[in-house]
Amino acid sequence: MSDTAVNVTSKKDWASDQEVRWCPGCGDYGILLAVQQLMPELGVAPENTVFISGIGCSSRFPYYMNTYGVHSIHGRAPAIATGVAIARPDLDVWVVTGDGDGLSIGGNHLIHALRRNVDLTILLFNNRIYGLTKGQYSPTSEIGKVTKSTPAGSIDPPFNPLSVALGAEASFVARTHDLDRKHMMETFRAAHDHRGAAFVEIFQNCNVFNDGQFTDIVRRQNRDEMLIELVHGEPIRFGADRQRGVSVGADGQLRIVDVAEVGEEAILVHDAERNDPSLAFALARLSNDDHSPTPFGIFRRVQRQEYASAIAAQLAQASERKGPGDLAALLRSNGTWNVVSTN
Amino acid sequence: MQLTGDRFTSVSASYGNDLSTFPDYPAEIRAPAGTVHGVSAFQVHISDHEITTPGDQPNVLVAMNPAALMADLGRLERGGTLIVNEDAFDERNLQKAGYATDPLGDGSLDTYRVIHVPMTSLTKEATASLGVKPRDAERSKNFFALGLVSWMYTRPIDPTLEWIETKFGTNELVAGANREAFLAGYNFGETTEAVGHRYEVRPAQLPGGEYTSVTGNTALAWGIVAAGQLAKLPVTLGSYPITPASDILHELSKHKQFGVRTVQAEDEIAAIGMALGAAFAGHLGVTATSGPGVALKSETTSLAVSVELPLLIVDIQRGGPSTGLPTKTEAADLNIAMYGRHSEAPLPIVAAYSPTHCFAAAIEAVRIAVKYRTPVILLSDGFLANGSEPWRLPDVDTLPDISVPFATAYNGTDSDGEDVFYPFQRDPETLARPWAIPGTRDLMHRIGGLEKADVTGNISYDSENHERMVKLRAAKVARIADDLPPIELVGDLDADVCVLGWGSTWAAIDAGVQRRRREGHKVAWVHLTHLSPLPNDLGDILRRFERVVVPELNMGQLCRIVRAEYLVDATAVTKMQGLPFTTAEIEAAIDTALDAVASNGGTPTTTTDNHGQGRP
Repeated sequence: MSDTAVNVTSKKDWASDQEVRWCPGCGDYGILLAVQQLMPELGVAPENTVFISGIGCSSRFPYYMNTYGVHSIHGRAPAIATGVAIARPDLDVWVVTGDGDGLSIGGNHLIHALRRNVDLTILLFNNRIYGLTKGQYSPTSEIGKVTKSTPAGSIDPPFNPLSVALGAEASFVARTHDLDRKHMMETFRAAHDHRGAAFVEIFQNCNVFNDGQFTDIVRRQNRDEMLIELVHGEPIRFGADRQRGVSVGADGQLRIVDVAEVGEEAILVHDAERNDPSLAFALARLSNDDHSPTPFGIFRRVQRQEYASAIAAQLAQASERKGPGDLAALLRSNGTWNVVSTN
Repeated sequence: MQLTGDRFTSVSASYGNDLSTFPDYPAEIRAPAGTVHGVSAFQVHISDHEITTPGDQPNVLVAMNPAALMADLGRLERGGTLIVNEDAFDERNLQKAGYATDPLGDGSLDTYRVIHVPMTSLTKEATASLGVKPRDAERSKNFFALGLVSWMYTRPIDPTLEWIETKFGTNELVAGANREAFLAGYNFGETTEAVGHRYEVRPAQLPGGEYTSVTGNTALAWGIVAAGQLAKLPVTLGSYPITPASDILHELSKHKQFGVRTVQAEDEIAAIGMALGAAFAGHLGVTATSGPGVALKSETTSLAVSVELPLLIVDIQRGGPSTGLPTKTEAADLNIAMYGRHSEAPLPIVAAYSPTHCFAAAIEAVRIAVKYRTPVILLSDGFLANGSEPWRLPDVDTLPDISVPFATAYNGTDSDGEDVFYPFQRDPETLARPWAIPGTRDLMHRIGGLEKADVTGNISYDSENHERMVKLRAAKVARIADDLPPIELVGDLDADVCVLGWGSTWAAIDAGVQRRRREGHKVAWVHLTHLSPLPNDLGDILRRFERVVVPELNMGQLCRIVRAEYLVDATAVTKMQGLPFTTAEIEAAIDTALDAVASNGGTPTTTTDNHGQGRP
């Protein structure tokens, strides 16, 4: 076990000696850099940190981190990470997954890890495509997408990852993108500091199989008009002069409005800590494509019981009530009788 | 009926009888009353000497309605005692059970000693003064039957009365109704002449010691708790409810004071995933399931083989394929345990052979898992899981220490002369890799499903390395055979016929072999606890016998393995009826083999020595 005092680390302490093998230009590099740069700031030790991934391009991530790590099975990372977290609440456990890994083959584990509120930081790299298997559509691909497996266009309606997470009772839900390291680091930091399951969707560019999917929103010159940054406690406004905003219509629907037209008081003030998730849900669905103004930041951050600590509390309670486990007593718990040997 | 059966068992156990039980119930929770498929039966065999089976043919059958008679009359011995609840033999119930005429009146039961008892109406009368409504009173009629059978077999009544208070005490009306029904049944035997004689089954002369009565699933769960203590590892169980394995989840959930963590996972795959994650983090990871769950867990089991982490996978086998016969027994998962993974993914397999052996088998499976850093499949089955028998308690202080050290320091030097940790540097003796758990300074490493370079554990697509790793993983499992005790052959070394068994067939084989030998035939018997790797001496032992007979509750899975491994002309004796072998079936199989030897010119020799295999 490590000492309790954590040595000061630098970015290089968190990088493994393995050559990074994503395609040149892949959005994953930016995410890796953001995480490696953030880790020294978190005051945690590499030996107390675990990265667990499934299968896919993003799931190579643990190999590049000088921490403990498991590159596991397609879709199963949240389940394996749950095992690590409940066994060892002292560890910092991160899950790295993608839109296919986390929402298709592993959808069940993802929603249940969120529902249980296991203390995991879950990074979902969403590039709306299967990269590792060379270009099939994913559960977040838009209808009509032409890929190798959908030559006539996809007819599957996509998942909105944030809607899925909110529907699964996630206590922390956020979105960021691979071109803004600072925003990624802030978002990852908040996710890490959250006690419980923290879900972060990262818009990530796959420059080989789905290049430019998010360009309309995340390219630097488009951000002012297309990227709505959510700040807890602040009115939701965007645009070069912050002249546009989000307001709740009379029908309960969120709308993008001109601030001048509706007045500042009509602009929705973002409350990530609101217990009722319906506004977060509406914000998550404000845009249904990648070509309209889209909110980023922390959609929801609420406190509720964390799973591993709840397990630990029950164990402590049992020990207190029954005393420490006594094997000899356990074997006698059904009642016993004695047989006297006659020979 | 299961509750009253359990009660009769408990009182017989504490009275000192040896016993063996066979609960047999339908898959439906509230199966339609009065239908043949909905019959819930409980067979119990009590004895004044050591026994291992629930008995081929009961001496007494209690039939609570026509459907029960239809379903289970075939089990009763000819001339046996048949107690029927005559109130239930009305036209509607007879029709539901498929009787054209009333068997109580048409002479079809003439070969049995039939005792007519109006159990329903007597129960109603007995409970009426408590203010119990007639419909509620009917629910207590099983206790009337329990009382009557308790009288017949001279069981003490006080323990059952106390138990009724404890079990139903919170509902005075129910407790009262059950108490009055039980006493009415007991007194019915005492005061009427309908039943005639009583049986006295004296306590068995079991070896001296302190005993308890357990089912296989309870013993297995306790074995896991014990294994955690002996391995000095906290236990984390991931499990998804599945018959007949759920009781292991239930039992382990009760023992949190041992640091046992249990999670009811979202599915079978998550269950083993959590167990594997816990193992990576330094716990004893366990998952418990039945055949369909083993299939779902296959990919994660392969990952555990690949990353070489300890893991216990418990398979309580049931009838299959698919949903099959969830509440009935079968032992047909040997093939999936042995081969049910993609590519080359060998792992050790341990099989429990009796309800109480489940305890030791769990410890043995965990011993292998942690020592060799490998997933281990532990096979039990529905018959062992639900069956119970007396268990002479082991002295917990004599249980073995099975703990292994975690890695704590660098174990190599890289090309630059720097100290490094190589996660796949193997122990030269066991070939186990180091188990370095998160939180250990300097030993950070990554493992995964991609092929690993020998020693360093880095990703490697090198072709020669892959073949070396495939062979290393296989050699590690094969080497476990050097770590197993020699086979204990039971019976006659110079016999021509050897019975080879595994799992729950132990009880019937034990009884069958003993009987054949008592009658003067020479028979040998080998019962395997380790099915992978097989013991080193098995081939030589089997080759000594002219005939090898392999009784299995499947189509001959072990038989095929020993034929392939040892070129032994073994013969399978198969049964797939959701039921254990009867002793008579084993005897018949032995006779067939003896006859074959005789007609081949060999002469079956005789012996009078008749020591059987002792209790575990």
